[in-house]
Amino acid sequence: MNNKHVAVIGGGIAGMEAASVLARQGLKVTLIEKQANTGGKLNDWDHLFPDFSSPEVLVNSLATKTKDSGVNTVYNTEISRIERAGKRFELRANQDARFYADAVLVASGFNVFDATIKEEYGYGLFGNVITSVDFEKRMKKHGQLHTIQGTDPKRVAIIHCVGSRDAKVGNTYCSKVCCITGIKQAIEISEMLPDCEVFCFYMDLRLYGSKFDSLYLQAQKRHKIQFIRGRLSEAAERADKSIQIKAEDTLQGRPLRMTVDMVILLVGMEPGASTSQLIQKNQMTVDENGFLKSANVHCARNQSTQEGIFMAGTAICPMAVNETIENARSATTEIIHFFENRRP
Amino acid sequence: MNDLSFLKPASRQIDFDNFDDRLLLYVLQYEPSFFTCISCGGCTATCSAGNLTNFNVRKIGLWLRRGETEKLSEEIQKCMFCGKCTLVCPRDINIRNVILLIKKRIAMLKNENSPA
Repeated sequence: MNNKHVAVIGGGIAGMEAASVLARQGLKVTLIEKQANTGGKLNDWDHLFPDFSSPEVLVNSLATKTKDSGVNTVYNTEISRIERAGKRFELRANQDARFYADAVLVASGFNVFDATIKEEYGYGLFGNVITSVDFEKRMKKHGQLHTIQGTDPKRVAIIHCVGSRDAKVGNTYCSKVCCITGIKQAIEISEMLPDCEVFCFYMDLRLYGSKFDSLYLQAQKRHKIQFIRGRLSEAAERADKSIQIKAEDTLQGRPLRMTVDMVILLVGMEPGASTSQLIQKNQMTVDENGFLKSANVHCARNQSTQEGIFMAGTAICPMAVNETIENARSATTEIIHFFENRRP
Repeated sequence: MNDLSFLKPASRQIDFDNFDDRLLLYVLQYEPSFFTCISCGGCTATCSAGNLTNFNVRKIGLWLRRGETEKLSEEIQKCMFCGKCTLVCPRDINIRNVILLIKKRIAMLKNENSPA
């Protein structure tokens, strides 16, 4: 098995974790990252739920593990095609670079939903409508949250399910991490600006993690975050740049309107942009949501529908950080089984 | 005679055993998407009629599911058929058509019940 070569596509947390585990098992591993550094989308993130820890620490420790285990990392290289070449695979990159491997692990991640598609929410039109990703970027860069006028917001509305569970934008699935992200960001705003009122507008609160409900409780008890069950129908900018939003308070059974200083849209996860390229010229397929399809959702989650090509992380479905890392580790087990059971 | 009806008041319970499905089955036949409603309230929030009167589109759907034919036949008159509810629905339900179908079916039922 030691002479086997695995190509890992994507240097986010899934790719780094899987690459370092495989390399420690004695395999030759090439980690191919399209950007100039590894870490992927976590490089823009300020704090993680549910413990408010720093993603930077995590990314740095994964980078060290990757380096120390002997993984060969290639930067600024985007794979556009995976083709079968006999028993091996040929990977082609944008600038004519080619890689050969005995197995491929696709850890190409997800795309963030483009909130301008939901025009009625005014993202890209109104300066005080931002996304959850913008919030993290601003917090990381400036450590504070200001309106476009440069003032502290007195009232913020956080909108759940933007680009998820919405047939109008073609995404009927739940991105599952947004609910808890919204609660985390609500707590952060309330800690930073104690006089600021924070409202979460939700359809269902999906707090699936074992520590998520205690964060919800903390948000209500300690931070007085208000939760309103109703989906936003539209947002409009007023002359003073504040935003008027409309929803139904469904538990009251009455339409509601509210003027807020800022709106944060909890944007969901979409299949990665490179997914459609990567499934060409091989037998990989996508599921009904456009994410890479597993050979079996229960017992072969990391196996694609093409033998020898495996998957890890959010290329399979929306996942939280801890799940992504666990999932990457489980992919390495499947790859090792694949080599062990294969006749030379 | 003393009026003793207060001793046996009408029940407030939703009675699923005597469920009036005459409207629901008709709507589902022509607009099956209606069954996917999750009561998010987007329709009510944007509703032109609901901002001025106590009309609530989401509750129209709930009453339809519970067979509240009486309530519906009165409430449904408030809809102005502007169609904004349909534009915002995340389940892509043609709500405007649901209201239209309820109206049609109520008219049919009235004709059936009126003496020839």
